[in-house]
This record gives sequence, structure tokens and C-alpha cells, in this order.
Amino acid sequence: MTERTVHLSLNQLQAMYKSMLRIRLFEEKVGDLVRKNEIICPCHLYIGQEAIATGVCAALRTDDYVFSTHRSHGHYIAKGCNLDALMAELYGKVTGCSKGRGGSMHLSFPEMGFIGSSAIVAGSIPLAVGAALSFSIRKTDNVSVAFFGDGATNEGVWYESLNFAALKKLPIVFVCENNLYSTHVHISDHLADTDIRKKAEIFRIPGIQVDGNDVTEVFKVAKKAVDTARQGEGPTLIECMTYRWRGHVGPNDDLNTGLRSKEELAFWKEKGPIKRLEKKLLDNNFLSKSEMLSIRSEIEKEVDESLKFAKNSPFPQEESLLDYVFKVS
Amino acid sequence: MTRIQYNKSINQTLRQLMKKDDRVFLIGQGITSPWYVGCTTTGLLSEFGSNRVIDTPVSENGITGVAIGAALAGMRPVLLFPRMDFMHYAMDQLINHAGSWHYMFGGQLNVPLTVWTIINRGGEQAAQHSQSLQAMFTHIPGLKVVMPSSAYDAKGLLNSAVEDDGPVIYIDDRWLYESEDDVPEELFNVPIGEGALRRNGKDVTIAATSYMVGEVIKAADSLADEGIETEVIDMRSVKPLDKDILINSVKKTGRFIVVDASWPSSGIGAEVSSIVGNEAFKYLKTPIMRVSLPDSPAPASSSLEGVYYPTSKTIISKIRELVS
Repeated sequence: MTERTVHLSLNQLQAMYKSMLRIRLFEEKVGDLVRKNEIICPCHLYIGQEAIATGVCAALRTDDYVFSTHRSHGHYIAKGCNLDALMAELYGKVTGCSKGRGGSMHLSFPEMGFIGSSAIVAGSIPLAVGAALSFSIRKTDNVSVAFFGDGATNEGVWYESLNFAALKKLPIVFVCENNLYSTHVHISDHLADTDIRKKAEIFRIPGIQVDGNDVTEVFKVAKKAVDTARQGEGPTLIECMTYRWRGHVGPNDDLNTGLRSKEELAFWKEKGPIKRLEKKLLDNNFLSKSEMLSIRSEIEKEVDESLKFAKNSPFPQEESLLDYVFKVS
Repeated sequence: MTRIQYNKSINQTLRQLMKKDDRVFLIGQGITSPWYVGCTTTGLLSEFGSNRVIDTPVSENGITGVAIGAALAGMRPVLLFPRMDFMHYAMDQLINHAGSWHYMFGGQLNVPLTVWTIINRGGEQAAQHSQSLQAMFTHIPGLKVVMPSSAYDAKGLLNSAVEDDGPVIYIDDRWLYESEDDVPEELFNVPIGEGALRRNGKDVTIAATSYMVGEVIKAADSLADEGIETEVIDMRSVKPLDKDILINSVKKTGRFIVVDASWPSSGIGAEVSSIVGNEAFKYLKTPIMRVSLPDSPAPASSSLEGVYYPTSKTIISKIRELVS
């Protein structure tokens, strides 16, 4: 047993494994459903990045807040939000987590601290800072997390948000999922300096780069950042190195478009987060092959159930079109 | 009731709101700078501390997002833009986030945010420090937009904006800051979405916003000597709009002018004209007219400002055109 696994109980590791597998199997199912035109709304799949949402959310309490992006399914699932309501939302059903108003890019589940996802790149980062400001004004010990991609670090609002959070020492963790691509553009073509972690230095906050495909590493770094924030010692920027297996949007892998090479994808699949955790669990006798298979079939059942729920749910009533434009007090 | 200046009324209202409700806090660039906000925030920093009176870096979009995020987390922020022109930087957060968040998540989350902004025209401040952008915000679903014309309405509307469970753009015209009115000491509400009848008349209806209400009343008073009786409606809310008060008045007068000191294209005047044209067409004896700024950026030179901003004289000549 390595030193770092000492800090993780068997239960925690199993829970993380389940969370990652739940994201993977859900997303694979969604990809199939998009291909069949069963799901119409644009879906930005999280496959390949499961360790980040899982590792970070494992370090959070239910009443800590998460703000997400257009690639939001993984964050939603890892924060423990309801799977049926997610699938129903992708189907545009009234039982969806956003009552059919949001679609894939706009998920929320306030009771689990999932305060919404914005499809404007970097758009939800200042919102997370604002939630952290409210925790700080009210002197509670909650923590806020902003998830975003490498592309978001090109937005002015990213700098504005980090500066203000650092200036006011707010309880927030900035989690950059560097999957090397901003839509179809490689990171080397969109950042003058691709070392995102280092940019924390200009705000005088810790910046840590971590292997985003190693869930135990992500958890360890996130735990420290969350504890730091909770103790009132200010924000941390975590840059998680990862790779998305599918294209920017939809189920395809983009290999036929010339945007990336077969070799590059194969290299990252080899470093895939689930494969690596499975190896760790097997090597340490934390889980047997058959236990893993039974976990897998349990989750497959959950995903199938969510699909059944979504299909059997009604669409929103036409008369409800203008509900929720203004809050009726 | 106490006779009080408009800017002091705001100061009093903010103090009372912050005393009453610890979810209310002030945030924005310049909030502790006396000359920026016409003494409206005087004394608040020392009374409530920098935890609740937060002067910020010049990061309009980021700070707007911060205010929205705090509102999502249960606070009731009052976010200041000391010049309306600076709001362009914050449009993403105001439109894509504040305006949409309640709808986009099926009503589960709401943004009780007051955006307090000031039209700071005149004084040779030119194109980037003089804008009146109310029409842009009325275009956005999910945002309410209010424009008081007096110290009384400033207090009542600001209180209603802060108590509202959604985002409200509350707009002051800096030219009103030294005007006086009788204002109740305690907090009260001017309901959002209700216009007010300011003057009775039978010949023509004029609906106006903010500072222009005073100019319209001046014009109406001077034409009364000639026997032209003008009915004056203060719109107070430009979104939602009080259609009934407009239509009922036009039923009586048969003539309608809308006065709003912002740009004409797709503006408040265009929207209000369309409503009156659609819903009161059969009562109209003459075409609808509007008074607005010219379709041009604001100039610097006082000589040009003199013709750029409409006054009671502009309104008098419009009324004469219509009633003669």
C-alpha cells in the first residue's frame, strides 16, 4: 500500500469507483441515444475526464456549492444529483432536473449543492466566486467550486474572478480541466503560455497541476484545497491534466476530421482514469474482478432505469411556456 | 413625510434596507467614492463595514457575476454601476446569467439582485459617460427595469427592487439627485409595474420616464395658459409596463406622445408606441409621436449638448404640432 492510499478508506475508493463508472456508463448511453436521434439537445460528453469531477466532489460536503459548464453531466453525477432527473432533462421532459427548460448544458440540483451550469465559456466562474463571497459575508464554513476548461482561461472574466477571489481570500477552489482542446482548437493554438497552473502566481494563490486521470491524486489535491478554503485561507487553482475521448460535442471521436490523431487518442485511452483505478483496486485486493462486474451491472441497471423514467415522463405542457420568466413571489 | 433631496433619499433607503435585512449588501466600483455616487452612499461604510459595503476592482463583468452568485446563494446584493456606460462590460452576466437563471433551471433558483445604475449625462462627458440604456435591458426576458422621477419613487422603487425575488435594473438620472420631494421616513413600496398619473388633461397624453417627467410637467404647465390640457403619466417601470394607465388615458385624450431621453431606434418610445397603436388605435385622433435623443452618440461640447438633450421646449413644440 502506498502512502497516499492510507488517507483513503476502502469505502471512499469504492464510492469513487462507482461514481466514475456511473458517469462513464451514463455518458456512453447518452452517446448512443444521441446517435439514434433519441436525444436532440447538444450533449458535451465527459468520457475520459471522470476522475476530476469524482475526485473533487469526493472532497466536498453536500452543502458545498458546485458551478459547472456546458460539459456538465459528470459534475452533476459526481455531486450526487439524481440520475433519473438528468436523463429526463436530456429528453426535454418536465420531470427533468431543469423541468425541460435547460437541456444538457443547463443542469441544476440545488438540494445537493449543484447551483447550475452555464454554457457561456467561463460564465459560471464569477458566480462561484459570488457564492463564496456570500459564505464569507455570513461567516459560514461552506466552500464553492468552479469547474471550467482550458479554453475558459482565455476569457477576461477568468482573470477578474481569480483576482477578486484572491483579493478577498474567498472560500473557493478553481478547478481547470485541461483536456488540451478548446472546442476544436489545440491548447498550443489558443494560449500564449500553456502553463495554466503557473497563472495562479499572479494572483498570489497556490496553483497546483495534477494528473487529472488519477482520481486519488485529484482527491488528495482537492481535499487540501477545500480544507484551505474552509479554514478561511483563500482560493486554490488546480489544473487537472486530462483528455476528452469524444469530440467537443456529440458522441463522435473526431478522428475522421483530422482534428487529432489516432495515436493521440490511443495514448490517452491507455492512461484512462477508470482503467487505472481498476488496476489499483485489483492490485491492492480492494475489489475483485467479480465485485467490479457486479458494480458495473448495478450501475447499468441504474442507467437503464433512468432511461425508462425519462421515456415514460411527460413533456412540459405548452401552456407552461412562459412559466419561470419571472419568479412569482 | 419629510422634505428630502433625491440623493439623500437613496442614502436613507440603503441604510434602512441594510439595517432591516442582513442579506442586503452593497457592491460595486466606486461605492465608497463620494463624488462617484452623488453622496448616496455617505456614511454607509463606517456604519456597516467593508464586509457589506464592498468597493471593487474595475472588473464589471466579473463583479456582476459575483453579485449574481451571491444572490443565488441567498443574499440580496445591490450592485452599483456609477455610469450606465460601464454596464456594456457586464452584459454577458446580466443577460446570459441574471436574466436567464430562473427560467433555465425550471424555477428552482432565483437571482434577487438589484442593479443600481446612474445615467450621468451632461457636463461635457461625451459618448462614453452619458448613456441611457434602459431600452437594451427591457429587451431581455427575465429583467425588470424601473426609473424613478422623484425622491419619493426612488425610495419606494429601490425598496421594491431589493425585495423582488428576481433581477431588477434600477436606474437613476443624475440630474434628479438635487430635486426634493416629501418622502415618508419609514420604508414603503412603489410597486414595480405601476405607472402614476401626474397631471390631468383632456387634449393629449404624454407618458414619460425619469427626469423627463419633470420636463413634461413644465411643458404642460406652460401650455395650460394657452388652453391646452396635457395629461402626464410617469411610467416609473419600463418593464413590466403599465399598459392600462396609458390606454385609459388615450381613450380620454385621443392623442399620445411618449418621452424618453434615450435613443429612438427600437427604444422605449418604439415599444410604448406599438402598444398604444395596437391597443388604443380606435381612440387615436392623431399619429403617435415620440421625443427621444437623436440617433447619435452624446457630444462633449456644451453647445452641442444643448441641442442633443430634449427639454420642456422640445416637448412644447411636439404638443403644438399635435394639438394645433
